[in-house]
Amino acid sequence: MELLLILVIGMLYAGGIYFILRRSMVKLLLGIMLLGSATNILIFVLGAIVKGKPPIIGSMQDVLDKASADPVPQALILTAIVISFALTAFAIVLLKRVYALLETDDLDDLNTPEEEDI
Amino acid sequence: MMGNLILAPVFIHLFTAIFQLIAWRKTVTQRILSVSGALAALIAAIALFTEVYSHGTFTINASNWKAPFAIVFVADLLGATMVLLASIAGFAVSLFSATGLSRQRMLYGYFPIFHFLLMGLNGAFLTGDIFNLYVWFEVIIIASFVLMTLGGRKNQLEGAMKYMSMNILASMFFLTGIGILYGMTGSLNMADLSEKMHDVQNRSLVGITSVFFLLGFGIKSAVFPLYFWLPSSYHTPPSAVAATFGGLLTKVGIYAMLRVHSLIFIPDDFTKKLLMVIAVLTILTGSFGALNKTNIRRLFSYLIVCHIGFMVGGIAMFSKLALMGTIFYLIHDIMVKTNMFLISGFIMQLRGVVKMEKLGGLYKEYPKISLMIAIVLLSLVGIPPLSGFWPKVYLFREAFTEHHYFFIAALILGSLVTLYVIARLWAEAFWKDVPPDIVVENKFEPLPLFRKCLLLLPIGILGTVSVYIGLNAENIIQVADRIATELLDTSSYVKAVLK
Repeated sequence: MELLLILVIGMLYAGGIYFILRRSMVKLLLGIMLLGSATNILIFVLGAIVKGKPPIIGSMQDVLDKASADPVPQALILTAIVISFALTAFAIVLLKRVYALLETDDLDDLNTPEEEDI
Repeated sequence: MMGNLILAPVFIHLFTAIFQLIAWRKTVTQRILSVSGALAALIAAIALFTEVYSHGTFTINASNWKAPFAIVFVADLLGATMVLLASIAGFAVSLFSATGLSRQRMLYGYFPIFHFLLMGLNGAFLTGDIFNLYVWFEVIIIASFVLMTLGGRKNQLEGAMKYMSMNILASMFFLTGIGILYGMTGSLNMADLSEKMHDVQNRSLVGITSVFFLLGFGIKSAVFPLYFWLPSSYHTPPSAVAATFGGLLTKVGIYAMLRVHSLIFIPDDFTKKLLMVIAVLTILTGSFGALNKTNIRRLFSYLIVCHIGFMVGGIAMFSKLALMGTIFYLIHDIMVKTNMFLISGFIMQLRGVVKMEKLGGLYKEYPKISLMIAIVLLSLVGIPPLSGFWPKVYLFREAFTEHHYFFIAALILGSLVTLYVIARLWAEAFWKDVPPDIVVENKFEPLPLFRKCLLLLPIGILGTVSVYIGLNAENIIQVADRIATELLDTSSYVKAVLK
């Protein structure tokens, strides 16, 4: 399981970096999203995957009596997902506005020269 | 009870923003709320600072959980000082935007977002939990995205695109670093991490993680070679927004570097060398970039980059005197850089342009205001006894004893270039006559006296603080001395958090 996830993380990071190095704005956005997913899975793997042992304290006990899964990485990932959702939503709207205004998808066209400043 | 005071600067801005959202489209109410909220936050920040200064670090644990498990808020002297500076700058910008900003931007929710940004800044300065720091960073960047794009002009959107992608990328590096850190130690509390990091066997992984943090904070604080987003975006938003960004946002990166390098990754020789190379190249590229700019705001953007190098150099040496220099420079820089962008906004009100070749005659028309601005410009350059001079003394001296001659050369060059560009700015915008073919459109003159004062007051306040920092340097040095001591010996911080 870990090995599979590690391969997935590697592929996602590689794909994400490849995408953000392209000139297209849409690919830039996709790259950022891929990197975000890669990071989330990385946190999940580094928090040590434990199968079938939920960290639930029984009704008669005060503490966990056996080793169980760590809930903190999942809380972290959940927070990170919510944040990246908001950022992605903003990024998509911004991208659409830029496209409507400039009618281009090429990042190299995003350069108003200094001569046009006020 | 005292613990709750830590949260006051965060909550005051939160509630100010919420009340402003209720008063949506009522710009007068929003303006009054903004100024009074910023004033309340300033008072809370002063109270917090005096409390921390006289009684030492204190903390509050979320939901009263025990220390390493709770999300902890820590007010140590560094955090309290940063909150105080952010509140002074925030109050000044709030006053300035109440008059200097177009009604159109206010209608689209400038003020609530501005207060959310300040809330994020205060939260970042006060949190003692590394993941919580990431969350505050995200609050800051999402608020700054909105502020940057508000108005939707072409060059604004272009700048925002670069700003947004680089900042999201920085957060991604930061989050990756946090993930690995948690995997190694099983903790997120910075005080707890500082104890657990000694026991980690896999030192090379620690090194790689520290590079992740360095990349994340390096993009945020705009160091070489990661700064290119800054000069291509900071000149686009309105001056009040640029003042908050230029004064505070890059400094959050420096603050985070100080925090992480003092608590978690104590710099080893490799990190020190890396930081020193970065510092020298940042100063050089920043100052070379500033040399040929004729747009005042582009010029200031490059000066931000140049002066970030001074602070990184201090962190690179990581000795007491060097850290004192860095902290003193940080205090000076937040005040002056905020003021610089406010001044560019003021010039915009007077002339409607910020390009040097279209400016002129400001000194002839407004001699008193020009002299006030001159003091601010001179403190940026660091003419003794004004505020920019003192931290450089410390950085110089420490660089000499540690034999960092390249850094000394870069410091001298950076200071000279700053002097040159400021002198050129003064000659072009203030002394030279108005170019003959330019029609001046002055938005300042027809304003009623009250609003004129409101525009000039924030520049005056920040200028006074700069002059105070310069003339009463011994007080600031005492604060910087205590902060540097606390950064080098973190046992009091760790003890206060873990009790």
